[in-house]
Amino acid sequence: MSAAAAGWLQAGLLVLALALVHRPLGDWMARAFTTDPAEGPKSRFWPQGHWRVERLVYRAVGVDADAEQRWPTYLRSVLAFSLVSVLFLYGLQRLQSLLPLDNGMAGVEPGSAWNTAVSFVTNTNWQGYSGESTMGHLVQMAGLAVQNFVSAAVGIAVAVALVRGFARSGTDRLGNFWVDVTRAITRVLLPLATVAAVVLVLGGVVQNLSSGTEATTLAGATQFLPGGPVASQEAIKELGTNGGGFYNANSAHPFEGPSAWVSLFQVFLLLVIPFSLPRTFGRMVGDRRQGLAIVGVMAGLATASLALTNWAQARAGGAALQLAGAATEGQEVRFGGPLSALFGTATTLTSTGAVNSMHDSYTPTGGLLVMANMMLGEVAPGGVGSGLYGMLVLAVVAVFVAGLMVGRTPEYLGKKLGRREMTLASLYVLVTPVLVLTGTAVAVTTDTGLGSLLNSGSHGLSEVLYAFTSASNNNGSAFAGLSANTPFYNTALGLAMAFGRFLPMVLVVALAGRLAAQGRAPVTAGTLPTHQPLFVGLLGAVVLVVVGLTYFPALALGPLAEALA
Amino acid sequence: MSALRSGRQLVAAVRALLVATVVLGLAYPLVMTGVAQVIAPARADGSLVSVDGSVVGSSLIGQTFTDEDGAPLPEYFQSRPSASDYDGAASGGSNLGPNSEELVAAVGERRADVAAFNGVPESEVPADAVTASGSGLDPDISPEYAAVQVRRVAEACGVPVDDVQALVDEHTDRRDLGFIGAPHVRVLELNLALDERFGDEG
Amino acid sequence: MTTALDRRPVSAAPTEPRPSASIEWGPAMAGAVRKLDPRGLVRQPVVFVVWVGSVFSTVLAITDPSVFGWLIAGWLWLTVLSANAAEAVAEGRGKAQADTLRKARQTTVAYLLDGSEVPAADLRPGMRVVVVAGQVIPGDGEVVEGIASVDESAITGESAPVIRESGGDRSAVTGGTTVLSDRIVVEITSKPGETFVDRMIALVEGASRQRTPNEIALNILLSSLTIVFLVVVITLQPLAIYSGAEQSLTTLIALVVCLIPTTIGALLSAIGIAGMDRLVQRNVLAMSGRAVEAAGDVNTLLLDKTGTITLGNRQASEFVAVGDYSDDEVADAAQLASLADETPEGRSIVVLAKERYGLRGRDDLPGAEFVPFTAQTRMSGVDLPDGRQLRKGAAGAVLAWVRSLGGSVPPEVGDVVDGISAAGGTPLLLASASADGARVLGVIHLKDVVKAGMAERFAELRRMGIRTVMITGDNERTARAIAAEAGIDDVLAEATPEDKLALIQREQSGGRLVAMTGDGTNDAPALAQADVGVAMNTGTTAAKEAGNMVDLDSDPTKLIEIVEIGKQLLITRGSLTTFSIANDLAKYFAILPAMFAGVFPGLDALNVMRLSSPESAILSAVVFNALIIVALVPLALRGVKYRPASASAMLRRNLAVYGVGGVVLPFVGIKLIDLLVSLIPGIA
Repeated sequence: MSAAAAGWLQAGLLVLALALVHRPLGDWMARAFTTDPAEGPKSRFWPQGHWRVERLVYRAVGVDADAEQRWPTYLRSVLAFSLVSVLFLYGLQRLQSLLPLDNGMAGVEPGSAWNTAVSFVTNTNWQGYSGESTMGHLVQMAGLAVQNFVSAAVGIAVAVALVRGFARSGTDRLGNFWVDVTRAITRVLLPLATVAAVVLVLGGVVQNLSSGTEATTLAGATQFLPGGPVASQEAIKELGTNGGGFYNANSAHPFEGPSAWVSLFQVFLLLVIPFSLPRTFGRMVGDRRQGLAIVGVMAGLATASLALTNWAQARAGGAALQLAGAATEGQEVRFGGPLSALFGTATTLTSTGAVNSMHDSYTPTGGLLVMANMMLGEVAPGGVGSGLYGMLVLAVVAVFVAGLMVGRTPEYLGKKLGRREMTLASLYVLVTPVLVLTGTAVAVTTDTGLGSLLNSGSHGLSEVLYAFTSASNNNGSAFAGLSANTPFYNTALGLAMAFGRFLPMVLVVALAGRLAAQGRAPVTAGTLPTHQPLFVGLLGAVVLVVVGLTYFPALALGPLAEALA
Repeated sequence: MSALRSGRQLVAAVRALLVATVVLGLAYPLVMTGVAQVIAPARADGSLVSVDGSVVGSSLIGQTFTDEDGAPLPEYFQSRPSASDYDGAASGGSNLGPNSEELVAAVGERRADVAAFNGVPESEVPADAVTASGSGLDPDISPEYAAVQVRRVAEACGVPVDDVQALVDEHTDRRDLGFIGAPHVRVLELNLALDERFGDEG
Repeated sequence: MTTALDRRPVSAAPTEPRPSASIEWGPAMAGAVRKLDPRGLVRQPVVFVVWVGSVFSTVLAITDPSVFGWLIAGWLWLTVLSANAAEAVAEGRGKAQADTLRKARQTTVAYLLDGSEVPAADLRPGMRVVVVAGQVIPGDGEVVEGIASVDESAITGESAPVIRESGGDRSAVTGGTTVLSDRIVVEITSKPGETFVDRMIALVEGASRQRTPNEIALNILLSSLTIVFLVVVITLQPLAIYSGAEQSLTTLIALVVCLIPTTIGALLSAIGIAGMDRLVQRNVLAMSGRAVEAAGDVNTLLLDKTGTITLGNRQASEFVAVGDYSDDEVADAAQLASLADETPEGRSIVVLAKERYGLRGRDDLPGAEFVPFTAQTRMSGVDLPDGRQLRKGAAGAVLAWVRSLGGSVPPEVGDVVDGISAAGGTPLLLASASADGARVLGVIHLKDVVKAGMAERFAELRRMGIRTVMITGDNERTARAIAAEAGIDDVLAEATPEDKLALIQREQSGGRLVAMTGDGTNDAPALAQADVGVAMNTGTTAAKEAGNMVDLDSDPTKLIEIVEIGKQLLITRGSLTTFSIANDLAKYFAILPAMFAGVFPGLDALNVMRLSSPESAILSAVVFNALIIVALVPLALRGVKYRPASASAMLRRNLAVYGVGGVVLPFVGIKLIDLLVSLIPGIA
């Protein structure tokens, strides 16, 4: 079998698995997040009451689980939880050497600790440090892995709030953040992670509390073999589209990605929730076709990107790779080209940022594509929760322009898109490009910014552009040649991650509040249909043109200049 | 009023994070560790390979087969180049770009070395033999790279090429399920098998 | 209610829009130059950014002169001027109408009841003035005494005089109109400067133009895109310096101007003014742009039956004989009874008799005495010289008459009458009385006639997703029959003003937007409640105050056109926005290789248009950007072609034209301009 054919079969298996799972999982999540008896299909399964274990959590947290919040309160909960998380994670890293299970690691430096704390709380998992030489097991488990769960749950909660904004009318209540986060964990993330962790262990991913083993190699040298509770952390790292590797090499590390099928399984894990949430959205707004349209746009963009990346990676581009004969630099033999391209595409399209091959060493076009994937705003399908709300905000923009074109005040799912709604959506579209481009511009004009570049010329620019793109879009993958563990990058990228995560969230929750307060306009033949292929195509075009085109000049000087050289 | 409400959210946030830390940060990984140690202890501990009771490595982690000066040992199949020199405490790739002059030079040098070492023309040297992996710990080489090395290993061990080739075939994995990943040769296990079969002769 | 409706004048044909003048660029350019004042331009962020760019590039051209620099600066100014000119042209179109209206305001003197003169400008609400034939009414008001015919052509353009009288629904008079006969006393209702005419002038000139909700929302999106592209270009320079490809400020300004949505930004204001103007051309005055936009959103149209759906009057459609009489005999008698009946119903009986039964009109009937309709008898007819009396009228009245003369009534009469009623018609009984006694001859079937073409329009409306509801004073059965014939979705029968209001509120609570017309004072609450309330100009002041539009032609059918104009306004904005954004792709392909191919020769692959030089590429993009605004001004003023269709069909069409067209056209346009520009020395 040729590598290309095997590549398409892998992708086909993945699509099949996602197609099978997204319906039950999407429906299950819709059930889990339908908390208002007035919503959802009327059956004995809807809505779901609190589980006993959840009641325990609510009592411990000290919240009334049946009291719904207005949007400002919901938002305050999001921000308070995230702020506390950053402080806690920062403290845990700094104090690591004083705590048990430190595996002999020193306290993390302030700059790196801040960057890492923000990084994991924002679901970015950008890693300026090397896991095996920086973080002890306690920080990995009780700090980083916890944020893998809760940052994903926060993303889901915000997405659910926005979906409720569309689903509800004439109310100022968006649900209860603490209930949403708890249910996201107890009903979705934790059960799935448990199953996934078992599968990973069976596939060879390590799961122990050992500090590591000294081996004497055949040639007589000593080799350190690290240990750690990796499978449990990796399961949620993929499921929650976090992406932070236990080890520096992330999923390329044989203890994280022992074999090809395990790597493909990880791709499945990181895609499964983002691709199921549109179904949840469709169920919660009472029109499954709307979810199908959203998933259609996501799948269309993802497929196109994968095809292009496969094509680009299959032909060795760049002087060094041409000399070598194939784009194998930074790639594992057991995975091969197509699976590496598939992982690279999936991880950059989902704001995961885990890697099973090193993007910095991709062919110029391949590197351009994985960067462009993130530049689309992490919406195809995007991060857990964030992908859905990002795509819905872009849908608002698309509906606005398209709605005018059919001669009506634009409305999406019966919600009129007026001045306030468009202000919020416009600001949302503004945030990430401004962060990416200003960050990059500042970095390349300062000596301290330029000092971290491993590669020179266009590729050096690409490293910086990639870093700010990855941070602002909360992806976390890197053109890892950039030495990002410097005061400048720790600070700048930390800010990019924080603003890139929370400014959009503020806008989204506010938008949800506006939408929920509105009544619902009836659907007529004069209403713009948002479930038809035409709209799917239009939304895809908006993602490419409104978001993607913004980066064209910067790309032209970076990867495009390199690719066309 | 607003400050008060924010304060209440902060208190809830602290309590929620503590609950999450206990449940997700301690209970979950410890339970999973327990489960893993029951269902697949060898794999959970890193698929360690022991010879005569001492650990010689992990079947998942590549290692170097060189002498103290870093010269490749001809009687062993050689691993791929590594950006971290197969240091288990420092995984990672070179991260050199596709047009990096440093990488161009490195690839050129490796091609020449591999060709010379194995006595094959440079054009036969496969890509994985001259490029570093992403992890720096790649335990595998491509069947092509193994094929390049077979004659040299056989000569060094003083055994027939066919016998070595048979061992290589034995340690070559096809794609998972026939289409996932890429065919690869497990170097450590292959070299262990070489030692076991031909160790005395070599 | 019904009587009020019945009095409404009927316009036979849909209003032809007043011919719109061709674009007068001369005065427009003068206006465009005046509009260069940055304080005014701030309201249009996109144009303002271009203005700032123009100033900068001019300064650069002065300090560091080059052909390229001057050409860029010049074309940037032309871009701003094009935007201003578009607005000026749109405003200019309202000027002509405003001038006519101003003439109507010339009245300077008013006469109070005591005969004293006061300047018209000093009139206050509550004052009473006397206006006699030949005088101009000095201000808006209500007739409190007398009746007069009034020439309102100054406002409506309609030369036929209208009757204005105290009390009832025809008491409102408008300042600036002329009393043709008689004498009336008018109580002034408006303050000086706030009269109807003043408001109209302000509206048509666009002086009091408030930006509409959609326009504001769109402006926000455009501002956001402008900011994004500003950031893109500002941050590009450091990247370019890093890459060793530092750009001149002129080039960066050119790039910004090309990327920000100048096309729609420049035309947005003109589109809004032109939308109002299209209404003015159809003799409709919208009190706010918001109402025009709301018209495009309307889900439910409340249409009065009479005058809108049906012709104003019922017409005879058949003669049904009863007893031993033949249809011919009935036709003959009906014709005789109606010869002198000048009402539309009476005339239609004569016409039917002639067309269906071949009975010629008999002009004079010596010795016959015609009996006119009175409210007491509720019958009309003729007394013939031979002593025969013929009467036609409402069933009850005629039956009573026949019985009073001792006549008998065949039992089938009841069935025929009921049958006609059930079919939505009105039965008129025809009876005769002579020496032999009185008897019923037959029944004349009067029928509401649905206006030609209405069924098709309602079908169109349904395709557009608009529900039509017919409002009528008729009973449910009659109303349903007519609705079925006309293709109306629903009816509100035996409607009272309260019913109407309740219906509107019910529709609105379901999220629907409602449009209606009205003229009576009792329509005012419903007009105020409706999202689009079109008051007839013949209506009362209360109605006009309550509605948010006034139709000077008083043609209720126009509601449909108003909806279409509202939709067209939004479509034009959306289509040009799409076009504008789609243009960016080609501009990138023109400018980026021009900027960077020098340092990265590979980027010349992006120069798909094979433009001749970097300077000509950038200049061509800027020139295209300016010219496309000018080229689209007529479209902005006329509005994008609108054909009633479902939303999907409309979106497909507009996306194909303005989306795909917006991607393709600039590639062609920039290439063509480049061929010309490259001839300029110093550019090629």
